Amino acid sequence: MNHSSVPERSPAPPLCKRFQSGRRRVLEAVSTGVAAVAAVAHGLALASAQGTNAAARAAGGEPLTVAAYPALDRILKGLEPDWSARPGAAPIRLVSRSFGDHHSAITAALATRKGLPDLMAVEFGYLARFAGSGALADLAPLLGADGAIDDLIVPYAASQARFGGRLLALPTDIGPGVTFYRDDLLKRADVSPERFLESWESFVDSGRRIRESTGARLIGHARDLKDAIIRSGIQAGDGLYFDAQGRPALTSDRFERAFRLAAAARAADLDARVPAWSNDWSEGLRRGGIACQLTGAWFGGHLANWLAPGTTGKWRSALLPGGAMTAWGGSFFAVPAGSSRKAEALAFLKMLALDPVRQIDAFRRHDAFPALLAAHDDPFFAEPLAFFGGQPARLLWRDVARRITPISVHRLDPLAEEIVNVELDRVLLRGKPVRQALADAQSILERRVARAAR
Amino acid sequence: MKFSQRMMLQPRHAPWVFLAPFLVLFAVFGLFPIAFSLYMSVHEWDPVQGLGSARYVGFDNFTFVLGDEWFRNSLGTTLLLAVLSGVPQHLVAIPLACFIDAQARRTRDLLAAVFFLPYITSTVAIAIMFTALLSRDFGMVNLVVSTLSKWPLIGPLLPDGPIDWINDPDRLVPAVSMVVFWRFVGFNTLLYLAALQAVPRELYEASRLDGASTWQRFRFITLPMLKPVMFFAVTLSVIGGMQLFEEPFILSGGNGGVDQAVLTTAIYLYRSAFEFSDFGAASAMSWLLFLLMAALTALIRRFLGEKES
Repeated sequence: MNHSSVPERSPAPPLCKRFQSGRRRVLEAVSTGVAAVAAVAHGLALASAQGTNAAARAAGGEPLTVAAYPALDRILKGLEPDWSARPGAAPIRLVSRSFGDHHSAITAALATRKGLPDLMAVEFGYLARFAGSGALADLAPLLGADGAIDDLIVPYAASQARFGGRLLALPTDIGPGVTFYRDDLLKRADVSPERFLESWESFVDSGRRIRESTGARLIGHARDLKDAIIRSGIQAGDGLYFDAQGRPALTSDRFERAFRLAAAARAADLDARVPAWSNDWSEGLRRGGIACQLTGAWFGGHLANWLAPGTTGKWRSALLPGGAMTAWGGSFFAVPAGSSRKAEALAFLKMLALDPVRQIDAFRRHDAFPALLAAHDDPFFAEPLAFFGGQPARLLWRDVARRITPISVHRLDPLAEEIVNVELDRVLLRGKPVRQALADAQSILERRVARAAR
Repeated sequence: MKFSQRMMLQPRHAPWVFLAPFLVLFAVFGLFPIAFSLYMSVHEWDPVQGLGSARYVGFDNFTFVLGDEWFRNSLGTTLLLAVLSGVPQHLVAIPLACFIDAQARRTRDLLAAVFFLPYITSTVAIAIMFTALLSRDFGMVNLVVSTLSKWPLIGPLLPDGPIDWINDPDRLVPAVSMVVFWRFVGFNTLLYLAALQAVPRELYEASRLDGASTWQRFRFITLPMLKPVMFFAVTLSVIGGMQLFEEPFILSGGNGGVDQAVLTTAIYLYRSAFEFSDFGAASAMSWLLFLLMAALTALIRRFLGEKES
């Protein structure tokens, strides 16, 4: 600020002039200040950028941006030391957000084609939507010999990663669907596991006996039962809510059976009416108020480690009722087509998805069930699990994973799920007839499909 | 010419320079989203396809939304929650402000701060706390209800078993309304309390000399003098009620609850955009909601606003 540059005024000017003069001085001072601040800020920014670049260069180059959600972020963090030890490996910049925020951020980045990471996690439910963006790279040619993943990855997961013949993602962990049940409660109710899991109908019947004998409820929510049944008996190529041609399939026998049995379970007070992951649900699992959970095999680790560690030895795992083979969720990783770091991203992804040692490590530490077939031969699978009364449950989960029929995913699956859940609520709470509810759900979904197909 | 003279602002440019930070921020975060939403409301756009994939569809999105049962239900739910949470706010805040003004003048500031506290507390923290309090099997609220149910006079009026505040749609609506009421009643109290400071004390003194009762002073002095603030506060409540999002979103687990019991229009349009990838319908909903809010504000102005003489 240079006050001496302002010429002296004499004699004293009139008030308005004095004001103008004063204002000018202020403006001059401010403008000089702004210029100075801008210069300093510019200098700092340059220095900072140079510092960052220097640090990045020192650490092996520009960071490779990897975006994920919990608990995949912890798996990725665990990989960093091994990755950094590779000669010339770029540092990893891990962007971790909550599950919903992560997918919203990816959606926004896809919308603008700006700010996409070099490698990004995609949950199974979002895969079809993101695959339809045209912004994901075909990994098959980039992977070279590893591009033929059908021999490397669990078949159903490998199939789910392909869209129109292009491999748009690599599965890292999967969720083969199984039953987790309280063996002690079944024994008290004098229900044999064979009878319990013979069919969906016997499952609900057994729930009545468990409720009468022990007071425990069969499942957390009737919705869980519906979710399990609609996953049973899907023909290869069909989806959960759509057939192979992409038409809504909500009036099929699968849905009718699911709705009827869910309504029967509710009518007999067999569900605790608590959604999964709520406080009441976890307390129900801890205190023996809920006898069973139908979900992905990854749930076993959560149950043993933090949900109900005090119930060691009381739980068992088995096939889904009626021997249904299906899956719950799964994590995939994709590389944006526009990324200039595809080769490095692929190298990191191969380490994550195609290295049996690291896949087993992720399973051991983070309950991420490996999608890689080579990892399935590890002795870790045959270990008896104290939490499951010494049962080598991982062998069962592995068997299920290999036998699951691939189903197709549709970009309107999240909407279809909501439509089905709303109609099920109306059946359970308002007594709406099942067929009417399914017909309404079909009609709503058809309207949405027609809108999306314009 | 010296550097500082060259850098000197011309007086005619000065206002724009000083306003620039606000104008830039307002344009980016205020005007652009509004304009983009208006643009999207007449386009079909799947965000993951990129901006270039937007296709003009005229008023199709509005036609679709107006024929959408979920949208109509969400409007009904929004209005219900706005009334259940909004009306009690004012019915409690006005007498409460009068009480504090008249009876607790020494502790007025402290009381105002205490009542205002929920308003400045994080909504997420509030909703998570209430989720725990309202838990069916292990919540404090049901513990209190269970204890009270054993009392001789109150007991028969209370339900036998635990109340499922979160997973029973008929209970979730009052639970959400209660949380919203609790959060905003202090804010309204503060507004009315501030307005009461502006009421000339001579009016009360004169009415006392004329023998007016407490009720008469409230009815014929306080209420008329509060009318401009009532218009302002009720308008804010209506706008806030129609945009209700955080409390029902978090208490219902982010999906609007069982049987869409608390699926407000704001939640539905958010889900339409970010979960169902239908930005066109979501934008159309937001403009319809805006029109409804404008109509309601005009209605309130008709009843509570200043009459032009």
